[in-house]
Amino acid sequence: MNALLFLIPMALLLGLAGLVAFLWALRSGQFDDLDGAAHRILFDEDDDETDRPDPPTRQG
Amino acid sequence: MDTAAQAGTETCRHCGDPVGPGAAAAGHAGFCCPGCAAAYELVNGLGLDRYYERRCLDPEVRSLKPETEPGAIPDYAVHVTTTDSGEASLSLLVEGLHCAACVWLIERLLARQPGVTHARVNMTTRRLTLRWVPETGEAGTDAPDLGARRILDPVLTVGYRLVPYDPETVERDTDRTERTLLRAMAVTGFAAGNVMLFSVAVWFGGDMGPATRDFMHWLSALIALPAIAYGIRPFARSAVTALRAGRANMDVPITLAVLLAAGMSVWETARGGPHAYFDAAVMLLFFLLIGRFLDSRARGRARSAAERLLALGGAAVTVIDPDGHARSARPHEVPVGATVLVAVGERVGVDGVVAEGVSDLDVSLITGETVPARAGPGDRVFAGTLNLSAPVQVRVDAVGERTLLAEIVRMMEVAEQGRARTVALADRVARLYAPVVHLLALAAFLGWWLAGGLPWQEAVLIAAAVLIITCPCALALAVPVVQVIASGRLLRAGAFLKAATALERLTEADTVVLDKTGTLTVGRPALVTGPGQGWTPDDLRLAAGLAASSRHPLARAVAAACPDAPAVTGVREHPGEGLSWDGPNGPVRLGSAAFSGVDDLGAGDGGATGPALWLRDGSEAPACFRFTDPLRPDAAEVVAALRARGLTVEMLSGDRPEAVARVAADAGIESWRGGCTPADKLARLQALRDQGRRVLMVGDGLNDAPALAAAHVSASPASAIDISQTAADVVFRGERLAPVVTALDVAHRADRLVRQNLALALLYNAVTVPLALAGLVTPLIAAVAMSTSSLVVTVNAMRLMRSRGEKT
Repeated sequence: MNALLFLIPMALLLGLAGLVAFLWALRSGQFDDLDGAAHRILFDEDDDETDRPDPPTRQG
Repeated sequence: MDTAAQAGTETCRHCGDPVGPGAAAAGHAGFCCPGCAAAYELVNGLGLDRYYERRCLDPEVRSLKPETEPGAIPDYAVHVTTTDSGEASLSLLVEGLHCAACVWLIERLLARQPGVTHARVNMTTRRLTLRWVPETGEAGTDAPDLGARRILDPVLTVGYRLVPYDPETVERDTDRTERTLLRAMAVTGFAAGNVMLFSVAVWFGGDMGPATRDFMHWLSALIALPAIAYGIRPFARSAVTALRAGRANMDVPITLAVLLAAGMSVWETARGGPHAYFDAAVMLLFFLLIGRFLDSRARGRARSAAERLLALGGAAVTVIDPDGHARSARPHEVPVGATVLVAVGERVGVDGVVAEGVSDLDVSLITGETVPARAGPGDRVFAGTLNLSAPVQVRVDAVGERTLLAEIVRMMEVAEQGRARTVALADRVARLYAPVVHLLALAAFLGWWLAGGLPWQEAVLIAAAVLIITCPCALALAVPVVQVIASGRLLRAGAFLKAATALERLTEADTVVLDKTGTLTVGRPALVTGPGQGWTPDDLRLAAGLAASSRHPLARAVAAACPDAPAVTGVREHPGEGLSWDGPNGPVRLGSAAFSGVDDLGAGDGGATGPALWLRDGSEAPACFRFTDPLRPDAAEVVAALRARGLTVEMLSGDRPEAVARVAADAGIESWRGGCTPADKLARLQALRDQGRRVLMVGDGLNDAPALAAAHVSASPASAIDISQTAADVVFRGERLAPVVTALDVAHRADRLVRQNLALALLYNAVTVPLALAGLVTPLIAAVAMSTSSLVVTVNAMRLMRSRGEKT
């Protein structure tokens, strides 16, 4: 039973951390554009390539 | 577009539209127009050509054709705001967003502009937020728009249309409500999960001592009580409002049950009893918040679509000061008596009298007439009409609320108030349900206390159990879940639901009233082709060459009928009359009968055969082009489908009776009226209502707006003007009318599911209420019963998703 005194606060803290993280994400506008975020990730990797002033010659 | 691609026709490398055979000769091979070629070059030049590999064109979105008319680009100056740090910002709605690649392209294009600090497109709402530090000098700080136009230039060149809007008016408190609900949902969800952790331990920890159990209960209270205090607010607020008004809504038993359950549980915990309902109370709240959130979400999505269209209205007008300077101002700020310049392609923003200039005005929004009206000095013009052929100066005599436009809007608002207040089915059920539940709980309390001989505390506990078990968890989810799924399906089929009760009202419709121009028909004239016409292909080529330089709808129809005609230069436009050009065989004239020197009575403009244009090439015999406003491709089919569903179909139009009769015959409508003013349409709708009919009105013009508002339920195509879309319950996209039928079908199926769900919820109550009344319900049974019933209704609603409907 002593384990409970340790496990319960831990469970609660973890849960609370998740809740705080969600509320923070909500506040910082991460839920404003769900469609865009889903697609944006597909394009971000290209940005490095196109941003370079001199694109390296592609092989093949 | 798709059919062209299938037929092997070349499509434009930029916008995807078919390319005419004359493109290569005109110096833009592979593109449909020089604008597209320039856009492609711009994108390629910046090394962003991967855009073309990545994108997928959405055929229902406006194609990426760069604007060629100067008046089409709005003035951004009035919408630019500056912060204290000297940064300027602008909020824009993007039209022509096809997919994520467009978002990427726009952001890249803007990020490369000097001074831009923030450029982000929200793909869900199609809004672009732009912030930049204005450069000093001519193009920046000294320009009225602080350089906004210059920064946005590449995006406009590529072909997106950017419409400024005022973020304050668009982001209303409904956005905030949704966020509050989401936050409350997160908090109660967290609490429900963690309280359940302890509850499960209590339920199944058979050898648990009373001290440990009480400890668990106190911990549950510690988590549950703050969460309940936080999560109950939306319900408590609405319950209090309802009680003040002397009514009972669903929120009253919800609030009461949750508070009572929480209070009793605290009391039970304090005296060391076994029955704590913390988990049930929090879970109940969590489920209810989900229902509430879905509800507001479904409405919010439709609303944002409507708002997007509404924001298009607030364009600036150009005022000419007495000293000859032109400045831009918001329409309602223009003083009466001022002079306003209306450029070609611009909408008139005020009511007034033409002071200078002659032009053709597209008045279809006011009258429903397809053929433009000529306006010269002394003629009255109205806000909302579109200037087609030449700039005019208008002396303002009414602005804002006093315009004819505002008058019609007011008529619409009055009609809307008169619309029978439809009470949603769920609310009707709630009205019956709430008192019954309260009486039951009271009976349980009194019965056990007085007749059953239990101590009053025990009796209150049983009463609380009755309230919790009957609490309309399933009932509260039954309707919103179906609505969210139904509106999602309709969205895919191309129809937005705007009103929460639209689905219910659609199922009740027994009569359909259709407008003609723009609803049954495409709303654009098209050249009548085929044998027996008074022109030869050579006439058409010549006419199309002349017509290419005009914005007049008839000229555009001629140009569209022969897209590869070589454009001729030196065409002069005579507003209200026609076009002239000095050809090799002498002067060529294309226009009205009188303008072309045709002495022809009865066959000129108007008449039973529709509008006509005459072409006279030198001394040759004149050729006559006739036009018709073609039906939407599936109009007749849709009318037949509506008939097959047992609905009466009728047509009301502001157009000439002859034109209306022809369209009615083509579409298979027997009952029609022509020449209706907005008030006539409204009167007809009211007459139908007095006969006890439930009318579904489909219309698009401003002249339909009052009728749309007066109808039992209404629908508008997305090409309709904003006022009509505001009045309509359903807005549908695309060239086809089929979404109207789909909406009716989905509404009927949704209605069936809602009824099933309500029946399921009531069945569940019929089983559990006797248990609760008998005092047999423990917290475990309450929790299991509640979640099962919620799951059952949700799963039942999901059936709407997979379905035969996928064929649409």
